[in-house]
Amino acid sequence: MPTVHDWINNPLGIVEDIFAQSNCSPDWETKVLEYFKEKLKDNEAASWVPSLNDVPVHYLKANSLVKFRCFIQDMFDPEFYMGVYETVDPSSKSKVLRSGKYKDVAECGHQVDLNTKNAVTLERQTFYCVPIPGESPWVKESYSCSNPARVVPSTSYAPCRHKRSYEEDEDMETQPHKQKEQLAGPQGTTDIHGSGDPKRLETEAPSSLSNAASGCSSPLDLNFPLPGEKGPACLVKVYEEWELFKVNDILEVYGILSVDPVLSVISEDKDSSLVDPMDCTESVEEQRVHCPPASLVPRLHMLYAHRLQHNNPLLPPAASEASSGFLNDVVSVRGELLGYLTHVLLGDALAAEYLILHLISTVYARRDVLPLGKFTLNLSGCPHNSTYTEQLYRVIQQLIPSSFRLGMSLHNMNNLRLVPRKDYTANRLLSGVLQLAPNTSLFLDETQLEQGQLDSTGVRNITALGNLISWQKVDYDFNYHQMEFPCNINVLIASEGKSLLPCDCHVRLQPQLAPPNLEQYISTIQVSLSPSLLNKFRIYLSLLRTLDYSISEEVTKAVEDDFVEMRKDDPQSISAEDLHRLLVVARLLSLSVGHTTLSRDRWMRAKHLETLRTNRTEQQKCVNGNEP
Amino acid sequence: MSSPSATPTKGKRTRGSNPPTPTQSEPVVFMKLMVVINGEICCSLPAPLNEIDMSSPLTYGTPSSRVEGTPRSGLRGTPVRQRPDLGSVRKARQVDLHSDHANGPEAPASEHSVGQKLVIWGTDVNVGTCKEKFQINVVGDPVLNVNCEHLQSFDADLYRQLIAYPQEVIPTFDMAVNELFFERFPDSVIEHQIQVRPYNALKTRNMRNLNPEDIDQLITISGMVIRTSQLIPEMQEAFFRCQVCAFSTRVEVDRGRIAEPAVCRNCNTTHSMALIHNRSIFSDKQMIKLQESPEDMPAGQTPHTTVVYAHNDLVDKVQPGDRVNITGIYRAVPIRLNPRQSNVKSVYKTHIDAIHFRKTHEKRLHGLDEEAEEKLFTEERVRTLRELAAKPDVYERLSSALAPSIYEHEDIKKGILLQLFGGTRKDFSQTGRGGFRAEINILLCGDPGTSKSQLLQYVYNLVPRGQYTSGKGSSAVGLTAYVMKDPETRQLVLQTGALVLSDNGICCIDEFDKMSDSTRSVLHEVMEQQTLSIAKAGIICQLNARTSVLAAANPVESQWNPKKTTIENIQLPHTLLSRFDLIFLMLDPQDEAYDRRLAHHLVSLYYQSEEQLEEEFLDMAMLKDYVAYARSYIEPRLSEEASQALIKAYVDMRKIGSGRGMVSAYPRQLESLIRLAEAHAKVRFSDKVETIDVEEAKRLHREALKQSATDPRTGFVDISILTTGMSATARKRKEELAQALKRLIQSKGKVPTMKYQQLFDDLRAQSDVAITKDMFEEALQALTDEDYLTVTGKTVRLL
Repeated sequence: MPTVHDWINNPLGIVEDIFAQSNCSPDWETKVLEYFKEKLKDNEAASWVPSLNDVPVHYLKANSLVKFRCFIQDMFDPEFYMGVYETVDPSSKSKVLRSGKYKDVAECGHQVDLNTKNAVTLERQTFYCVPIPGESPWVKESYSCSNPARVVPSTSYAPCRHKRSYEEDEDMETQPHKQKEQLAGPQGTTDIHGSGDPKRLETEAPSSLSNAASGCSSPLDLNFPLPGEKGPACLVKVYEEWELFKVNDILEVYGILSVDPVLSVISEDKDSSLVDPMDCTESVEEQRVHCPPASLVPRLHMLYAHRLQHNNPLLPPAASEASSGFLNDVVSVRGELLGYLTHVLLGDALAAEYLILHLISTVYARRDVLPLGKFTLNLSGCPHNSTYTEQLYRVIQQLIPSSFRLGMSLHNMNNLRLVPRKDYTANRLLSGVLQLAPNTSLFLDETQLEQGQLDSTGVRNITALGNLISWQKVDYDFNYHQMEFPCNINVLIASEGKSLLPCDCHVRLQPQLAPPNLEQYISTIQVSLSPSLLNKFRIYLSLLRTLDYSISEEVTKAVEDDFVEMRKDDPQSISAEDLHRLLVVARLLSLSVGHTTLSRDRWMRAKHLETLRTNRTEQQKCVNGNEP
Repeated sequence: MSSPSATPTKGKRTRGSNPPTPTQSEPVVFMKLMVVINGEICCSLPAPLNEIDMSSPLTYGTPSSRVEGTPRSGLRGTPVRQRPDLGSVRKARQVDLHSDHANGPEAPASEHSVGQKLVIWGTDVNVGTCKEKFQINVVGDPVLNVNCEHLQSFDADLYRQLIAYPQEVIPTFDMAVNELFFERFPDSVIEHQIQVRPYNALKTRNMRNLNPEDIDQLITISGMVIRTSQLIPEMQEAFFRCQVCAFSTRVEVDRGRIAEPAVCRNCNTTHSMALIHNRSIFSDKQMIKLQESPEDMPAGQTPHTTVVYAHNDLVDKVQPGDRVNITGIYRAVPIRLNPRQSNVKSVYKTHIDAIHFRKTHEKRLHGLDEEAEEKLFTEERVRTLRELAAKPDVYERLSSALAPSIYEHEDIKKGILLQLFGGTRKDFSQTGRGGFRAEINILLCGDPGTSKSQLLQYVYNLVPRGQYTSGKGSSAVGLTAYVMKDPETRQLVLQTGALVLSDNGICCIDEFDKMSDSTRSVLHEVMEQQTLSIAKAGIICQLNARTSVLAAANPVESQWNPKKTTIENIQLPHTLLSRFDLIFLMLDPQDEAYDRRLAHHLVSLYYQSEEQLEEEFLDMAMLKDYVAYARSYIEPRLSEEASQALIKAYVDMRKIGSGRGMVSAYPRQLESLIRLAEAHAKVRFSDKVETIDVEEAKRLHREALKQSATDPRTGFVDISILTTGMSATARKRKEELAQALKRLIQSKGKVPTMKYQQLFDDLRAQSDVAITKDMFEEALQALTDEDYLTVTGKTVRLL
């Protein structure tokens, strides 16, 4: 099976081969794409490809095929490159046509003839990609475990060992500290032409890393949306159909890794840029951002990519495939989950019910400005000055693939950049906390709110949160104008009293029990949960989001009658807004038991839930008096 | 298209085999000579591009060298100016052209018909305009702007050549223009020779469409300037002097590089030539970053940017934030081989050498610049719009397309629709009244949760120059303007607020009732005079704020009290209320049929698929275009019948009240009616306001009045609720009470003083309706005003 290794190890060689065979006919590009698509069709084969998410860049070999699960943070300007160029051997004067596709640099051991008729200029687009913001640790772990590029027994690789570089050795010994030892010794020779000097790369990559860590005074800002994120950022070069991708999409990219040190040399070499008068088009800041050292921000030349519907490793990429089998025991899983969440919510079953509805909600359509299906939940009555909200967030984080907890402290609101802003000096979009992938959960912790004054940034941030909740959109700040980016973020607000932010649904938490040690209590619940059940919960929550839903004519009629009836008794009891909410609750309730249509029973159940909820709020009003 | 550096070769080849068109066809090119004298006069000079001496090399810059012997003294003195925007001139010189003289025919005399301020620049010179031309030439910029569209309609082939080989074709244009010019005006002195600047190339409009094939071609793109660099002096010609023998030589820039002479030609010393900076020739250059305009962008993507270089007098023509159309040559900087490196980066850097800037403004609603507006609507689009307008139910269709997710409230939607279109702007400044406002202001008030905010949000999203503010969160300065110190320049700058920013648009103000009084007071001027006067920190000015206001207010008691008037419910000053053309109440109707329809609407919202809905309604984009088209092209005027109908309507409105002794309409209401009628005519794309428009205006106005100005005590429509804040019946009641009190006092006989409380109790005992203390005090006040009595403390003293 040498081919298996070739297409992972030396994809450029294959590209070159196909290019050479095609004799300059233009269909070679499609052939290349088909070749790799064919290879990657096999799920198992795809899993042999090492992932940039799990393996540090300097352990990966240059110009090999890697994959990257990422989030498009910014799109740079398209660039023109030498698609086809001609090299001249100075000794023999023979000319060879070469392809510049999937490469950053034109290797020319020989002279490059730039003025030939055969040269073709092509266009490609660069995306700045970062790991999916807020991805839960369990997702990362699960993905890296399922990637056999690290764990596959090495025996099968033995015959072709001479071709392999160090990542196979890494496969044998999974402990990272040993990998470093391996790194020091050069491994065999490579027969890959055109990949530069692998030995040099091996030694250089880590050293430049340490340089960056020690020598560089201002470390490169990798522009992650969320504070405290780690992972590689990557410049993905897209060759086909880049208009199909959007900012904030999550992708799985298969591409050729390029960490050629030439890239960094060019940007760091101040002398060469001074020589070139045209280089003044870019400011220093811009260069830092657009041509960061390849060792820190590798380039990835995209061969194949698909947009991910979700980033739940337990589900197949097309979630609908799994649904048929799983739907059978949906009800039992729901019961278990309800019980679990009830415990977590200190015995409040109603709040647990609503939390499930919230967790499976998603914006499924938009009617002019109105997003449909959003279900922002405000869980009030959370104890102030305790770690309860933090514990609650931990539980939620365990259940869903990506989430972020934003403590709404005065300091955070006044200082954090929530809304992404365009930095024209560096020509990039400075990310903000609200630049999140679809279906990310945003946990707003209002219990951290303290007395003080919001400054103008704070007011803007609060407005942005309000807009996000009401319209599911974020207005990115482009200095001269604002641009609206629709989003799909589940917002859960934990607060003491009713939240100052708008919300779709407000549930007052009524703890049935008061454990003396909250922390211990929650961790006991978490420990008692079996991993298989936890995985079922995770599948349940991700899967139900993807289901379609409809209302039959008959039920529509019934709902209408019901509404009219309710209004007749007491017009104040239900407004149009209440009906909106009721319809969403009914929808989520049906979906939560795996039903894709609304039944009468579910409708009644939804009404019942709503009544229970409103009664509780009313009660609270009576008790507290001025509680709104 | 081959690599960029390969293009000149191609260009040469084509030229050699294919002589330029002007010499072949009958070359009467109509060009617009946009020579601006003090920014006032534009001249259109139809200029035949004939008599181009193609035998000479393209030394377009120095025609004097070729016309020696002819007595053109003025010509010789005119300095040549290099055109760095076109790249190296030397390349053009190498072009070898056929010698081909063609004498164009005399331009037809019909060209005289170009208007008063225009002069003809053709073979047939109008002598009378010569003097004018002379002036033009002396004070104007020696620049000839050529609209490529005109060129294309004249000769498509020439146009194609211009697009494909601008570097070669533009110099020939320059040459032709200069020759013609100095032939006509041999004595004129201009700053430098005339340069041709083509604009409006149809090649590329959108930055996103730029691709490698556009390299070295003439393109026009639109965008927004985001950054401009400092001025960069770029060397055009280097001056070298030998350090040994002081021999000097000049070297021209070739493709951005100067070849340093290695050997002195005089003394043969190697490496003795030194660059003398202050004797070299430099030209101005500026780097401009252009970003895609937000309208051109597909959703969910970030805008692209392009680098533009401006040269010479184009430097500092644009500022960050300007919307511009740039015509220029798209360049890719060829890759340089670095001998020290074996590998080269295979990416080209691209930029545009600007030839022509044209500022555009975001005027999607109000087009003043005709040419810019034309491009907004393709002929096909206009046809669809016209078709739509011809439909009898267009008004209903459009109003139902407005915020389809909000149920019913047909009349409110219609009102907002008319607001989007606006009336016709009238100017009465001649007669001393100033401009009449054309904008329609609407106030929505009603119960919370009746989707007022949603309606506002929709409108804000629909109009390009909309602003959305909340009354709670905005201060007076936030609405108007404030002066702040610019952090960079340390100078005071005026920052405009929401009302000024929405000039020519709609300002949506939510929670209008929660606005502080001082904030609200700034609206008085805006809503009637449509201007904003500011006197702050030494800056005194008046800004235009021709904005329509769409406001939403909640009742004071959180729930609308049907027993109270509008004023009492929302507690807004009536001076402000009367400035709203339409005031709608959005109430829960609480009626079964309505409930059923509402439920059906909402439920279907949740299960109908996207396609189904699209069939039902016009999409938002169509509505946007429709409104924009109507606003920029339709200016309806009142027809005779319509005026009569308006007069009648107004008189009728006055009459309603007069029967009961109150006034039910004021001239402001008449103005509102006119505006509404005009807006309705605009909806129909009609240039005339006809009776049906007036009918609809009347109906809508009455509808709004019925809702907001109904006196809750009598059930009659009473405009004085809005104009004076009190209904006529209420006033009458007050008067009656005062009279009753007076009678009571008189009945008591000659008592000079009486106790306050006593009097109140007596009055209450006498009256058959309940009298509150407030009413009693009001009555006392009324009598005090009559000088009948005075109140001091607890005693009432008769006078």
